[in-house]
Amino acid sequence: MVSLLPTPHPKERRIIFGNISKPGYSPDIETYLAHGGYESLKKALGMKPNEIIDMVKAANLRGRGGAGFPAGAKWSFIKYDDGKPHYIVVNADESEPGTFKDRYILHQDPHQLIEGLAIAAFATNVHLSYIYIRCEFPKAAKIVWEAIKEAKAKGFLGKNILGTGFDLDIYVHQGAGAYICGEETSLLESLEGKRPYPRIKPPYFPAVLGLYMKPTIVNNVETICHVKHILAMGPEEYAKMGTPGDGGTRTMCVSGDVQRPGFYEIPCGGVTLGELINDVCGGLKPGRTLKAVIPGGSSAKVLRAGETFKMKVKGPDGQMVEKEVPLLDLVMDASTLQAAGTMVGSGGVMIMDDTRDMVWALNNLNQFYAHESCGQCTPCREGSLWMSKVTTRIIDEGARPDDAKNLKNIADNIAGRTVCAFGEACSWPTQSFLAKFPDEFEKRVK
Amino acid sequence: MSETATPVAMVNVQVDGEWKQFPKGTRLIEACMKSGKFIPHYCYHPKLSTPGNCRMCLVETGRPKMTPDRQPVLGADGRPEIAWGPKPEISCAAEVAEGMGVRTSSPLVEECRKGVMEFLLINHPLDCPICDQAGECRLQEFSVEFGKGESRFREEKVKKPKRVDIGERIVLDDERCIMCSRCIRFMQEVAHDDVLGFLNRGSHTTLSVYPGKRLDNNYSLNTVDICPVGALTSKDFRFKMRVWFLKETQTIDVSCGTGCNIVIGSRENIVYRITPRENEEVNSCWMPDSHRMNFHYLHSDERLVSPLVKGEEAPSKWTRALAGAAEKLQGRDPAKTALIASARMTNEELFLARRLASALKIENFDVLLRPQKGDGFLISDDGNPNTGGAKLLGLATGKLSEIARRVESGEITALIVLGEDAVDCGISEGALKKLEALVFAGILANKTSPHASVVLPTSAWAEKRGTMINIKGRIQRLNQAIQPPGQARDDWEVLRDLVQAVGGSNGVYSIEEVFKVMASETPALQGLTISRVGDLGLQLSLPA
Ligand SMILES: Cc1cc2nc3c(=O)[nH]c(=O)nc-3n(C[C@H](O)[C@H](O)[C@H](O)COP(=O)(O)O)c2cc1C
Ligand code: SF4
Ligand code: SF4
Ligand code: FES
Repeated sequence: MVSLLPTPHPKERRIIFGNISKPGYSPDIETYLAHGGYESLKKALGMKPNEIIDMVKAANLRGRGGAGFPAGAKWSFIKYDDGKPHYIVVNADESEPGTFKDRYILHQDPHQLIEGLAIAAFATNVHLSYIYIRCEFPKAAKIVWEAIKEAKAKGFLGKNILGTGFDLDIYVHQGAGAYICGEETSLLESLEGKRPYPRIKPPYFPAVLGLYMKPTIVNNVETICHVKHILAMGPEEYAKMGTPGDGGTRTMCVSGDVQRPGFYEIPCGGVTLGELINDVCGGLKPGRTLKAVIPGGSSAKVLRAGETFKMKVKGPDGQMVEKEVPLLDLVMDASTLQAAGTMVGSGGVMIMDDTRDMVWALNNLNQFYAHESCGQCTPCREGSLWMSKVTTRIIDEGARPDDAKNLKNIADNIAGRTVCAFGEACSWPTQSFLAKFPDEFEKRVK
Repeated sequence: MSETATPVAMVNVQVDGEWKQFPKGTRLIEACMKSGKFIPHYCYHPKLSTPGNCRMCLVETGRPKMTPDRQPVLGADGRPEIAWGPKPEISCAAEVAEGMGVRTSSPLVEECRKGVMEFLLINHPLDCPICDQAGECRLQEFSVEFGKGESRFREEKVKKPKRVDIGERIVLDDERCIMCSRCIRFMQEVAHDDVLGFLNRGSHTTLSVYPGKRLDNNYSLNTVDICPVGALTSKDFRFKMRVWFLKETQTIDVSCGTGCNIVIGSRENIVYRITPRENEEVNSCWMPDSHRMNFHYLHSDERLVSPLVKGEEAPSKWTRALAGAAEKLQGRDPAKTALIASARMTNEELFLARRLASALKIENFDVLLRPQKGDGFLISDDGNPNTGGAKLLGLATGKLSEIARRVESGEITALIVLGEDAVDCGISEGALKKLEALVFAGILANKTSPHASVVLPTSAWAEKRGTMINIKGRIQRLNQAIQPPGQARDDWEVLRDLVQAVGGSNGVYSIEEVFKVMASETPALQGLTISRVGDLGLQLSLPA
C-alpha cells in the first residue's frame, strides 16, 4: 500500500492524516481516545443541531467524493422536524481510478469517520446510518465493524449516547462490486438490495426521496471525517486553511510519473500544480518531461503540458484581473480547476510524462468506463463501449481518417443526456484527450 | 359526476412557442402529445413506473426567468420569459409547471434523437426481414422518422443469446432487446411475479429470467405487447402472419365476466391473434394469456357448419331446418317444454330467446351459471361474459336444476338448447335421447348435438355483433371480425326466424332494431343504441 511520508512535507497540513502518521498509531478506540478522540462529538452533543450545520457551512467544506458540493448546504436540505426518518449514508465505495484515500482512512483511523458521522447524524436528526464500503475492501469493512462495536461499548453509539438521549446506530454494508455503486442514487438502490441502477433526478434527489424514499444525505468518507475537525478547530480556523469557497484540507492522491507518488494532505488551494509535482512529489523521473495531468480522478478532463488558461485572478492591488495562467501555476482548488475546464473531483492527480502514449491512455480509460457502465441508459451503455472499441482498434490497426471526428461526436452524444453523471465521466476523457492531443490521433491515421 | 369533481389547478406551459394549459401533475410528455407534438419514446409506459432509461424522449425545457425577489420576468406579450436549461431533459419524468417552456423539435432535440437511435442500432442485429415485430416495431418506426439513415459503426457487434425459451408462450431474442425494462416493470408492478431481470453490465446487459424460474405467468403475453421491439415474441403468433396484413377489429373478450377490451387481428376469415385494448374502466392495457389464446376453437373441425334435421337428407337447407324446428315445437304443452339459454349469448340474442319462450308460452327457461374462482385481477369470479344481460333480460331464473330433473324424469319432453351443452346442465345423454323434440343451436358439436332433432349452426363471438353486460354492469360491444364458417348464421337472425316461424312476424330486420326494441322494453337500457354504447362501453345503473 502507498503510504504517507514519515514527516509531512512543508506544504502539507495533516488534519485527516494528523494521527495516522504518528508512530504507533493504531485503529483501536483506546489509541483514538488517547489522541483526543470523541471530544468533538461531546462538544457537538451540547450544541443545537442547526449550530452545527451553520459551522459546517461557515467552514466552506466541499464534498470530497467528486462533485464538490458544499456539505453544509446539502445537510440543510434535510428538514430537521419533518416527522420522517432521515438517513446518512457514507460513500466508501471509492473506485474512481486514481483515487485511493478513503480506504487508507478506513484502515488506519476508522473512529475518525464514526465520530464525524455521529456529529452529522446529530445535526440532521438521523438515528440510523450506513457506511457503504466497496466490495473489494473486505478488510476495511471488518475494521470499521470492529470500530463500531468499540464505539458502542463506550457509549458513543447506540441508545442514549453519552446520556444525551440521542440514539444512533451505524451499519456497514458491503458494496455490490461495481464502480457505479459509488454514484449516490445507485448506491442507495444497492443498499436497498436492488440492482445498482442510478435513479433519475428529478424526482429522486436523495435529500427528498433517498434511501427507502426518505430524506437522505450521502457524503464521502473524507467529507464526513472533516466534520470532526471543523468542530475541534472552529469553522473560521478551518476555513482559513483553504481558499474562499473551498475550506480546509484536501487529500491528494498523486499517481503516475513522479518521484514520490502517494497521499498528501494539503490545504485547499495550498499548492500550485507545479509545486505539487516538483516540490511535494519530488519532481518527474530523471530525464523526463511533463506531458499531461488529470487533476481530479479519471473522470476529470485532461490538461496538456505547456497549456495556458485565461482566468480572472486577484492582482497585487486586490483587484480581479484577467491573466494567462500557465498549467503549472494552476492553484489546486475547486474554483481554479473549474475555470481551467476541469475539476478537483476526488483529488486523484494523475501525472503523465513524455513516455506516455495518449491514445493508449485514453483507451485504458475508455475500457474502464465501457466495463463499468451500468447499462441502464442508452447513450452511456452503447456509447462507452463504442468509444472503447474505436480506441482499441486505433491502437491495434491504426486510425481511420474519420475516427477522431466520430469519437468526439459519440462523446458529445453521451454527455448531458444520461441518467447519471457517469455519462460525463465517460465522455470527458474522450472529449478532452481529442481536444488537447489531436496530434497523437492524427499520427495514427493509416 | 363532473359537478362533484374538485377542480384541478391548471398551469400555463409554452409548447414550441404556443402557450397552452394543462392540469397540474400532467407529465410533460403527455402535455406535448396532447398539443399534437409526438414525442418518440421507448421506456415510458403510462401504466408503469418511469425509469427514464431510453433517453429517446429528451426535449429542451426552460423555467420562468425570475427576478431576485422570485417573481417571473414578463416579456412583451405579458407571458413569462423562459430561461432555457443548459441540458436537454427527459419529458417522460418531468411534470408540467407554471411558466415552463418546452421545445420538442429544436436542432438539439433532433440531435439527441438521432444520437439515441444510432446508439440503439449499433449493436442491434438488424434482422428485420426475419423478425416478427416488423411492421409494429418502434425501432423501425423511429429510425425512419428520427434516425440518421446510416451508421458509422465499424466495430464488431455484441453477441447475445437468441431464441431463448423463457416461458411457455414466449421466446426472447436478447440481441434485439433495447433494455427499456418495460417487461421487467410489468412483471413486478402489474403481474406481481418478479421473474424477469437484467444480467451483466453495460452493453452486455442481458434480459433473463431468474435462475430456476420461467415467464409462465398467466399475464406473460402482455410483455410481448409492450415490448417496443421484437425481443419478446409470442410462440403462438410468431411467423404465422405479417402484422401489416392483419385486419383489426375492436371487440371484447368473452372468456369471463370482466369483458377485457381487445383487438382481434384477422386475415381472410382467420383469427391470428388477440391483443388487449386500453380501457381504464375495465382492463387498463392488459389481459390474461388464457383468454388471449382462447380463440383457436373458432377454427376447429368441430364447428357446426350446416343445419341438420334428424332423419332427413343432410345437410339440410335453412328454410327446412327452421320449419322443422317450428313443427317440432309448436302445438306442445308448454309445461312440458323447456328452454336452456346461455349467459355467453349477447343481449340481443337473449332478448330474442326470451321472445321465443313467450311465443311458445314456455315458462321453464334458464341459463347455465358458471361461478368460478377468479384470479383477483382480470379473470372474474364469473365464467360467463353476460350474466348481467341474462339477469337484466329475465333469462336467469334459477330454474335450471328443476328443468334438468324434469327432463330426467320424462316430465319435460321437448327442449330448446341455445349455445350450451345440456349435459353440462345436469341432463344425461340417456334423457336427451328420449326427448320428443330437441332443438339445438350452437357453434360446436357437443354431447347434446348428436341427439338433436334439429341442429342450427350459429356464429361465434368473433363472427357477430351485439352487446354484453359485464360483472360491473358495463354494457360493451362485440364487433364482427370474421365470417362464420359454412352455412352457419348469425344467432339473432336464427332466433328471429324461429320466433317468426312459431309465432308469426315480429318485424326486426337488423341488430340495431333488435337493440332498439330491447331498449324500449328494458328500463336500464332506455335511450341507448348500439352506436351509443361505443368502443369503450357504458356503465349502466342496473336494478339491484
Ligand atoms: C459514476 C460515479 C461514481 C462515483 N463514485 C464515488 C465514490 O466511489 N465515492 C464517493 O464518495 N463518491 C462517488 N461519486 C459521487 C457521489 O455520487 C456523490 O456525489 C458523493 O458521494 C457525495 O459525497 P460528497 O458530497 O461528500 O462528495 C460518484 C459519482 C459518479 C457519477
Ligand atoms: S449514465 Fe451510464 S452509468 Fe449512469 S445510468 Fe446511464 S448507463 Fe448507467
Ligand atoms: S425485452 Fe423488450 S420490453 Fe423487455 S427490456 Fe427488452 S426491449 Fe424492453
Ligand atoms: S421515454 Fe425513455 S427516457 Fe423518457
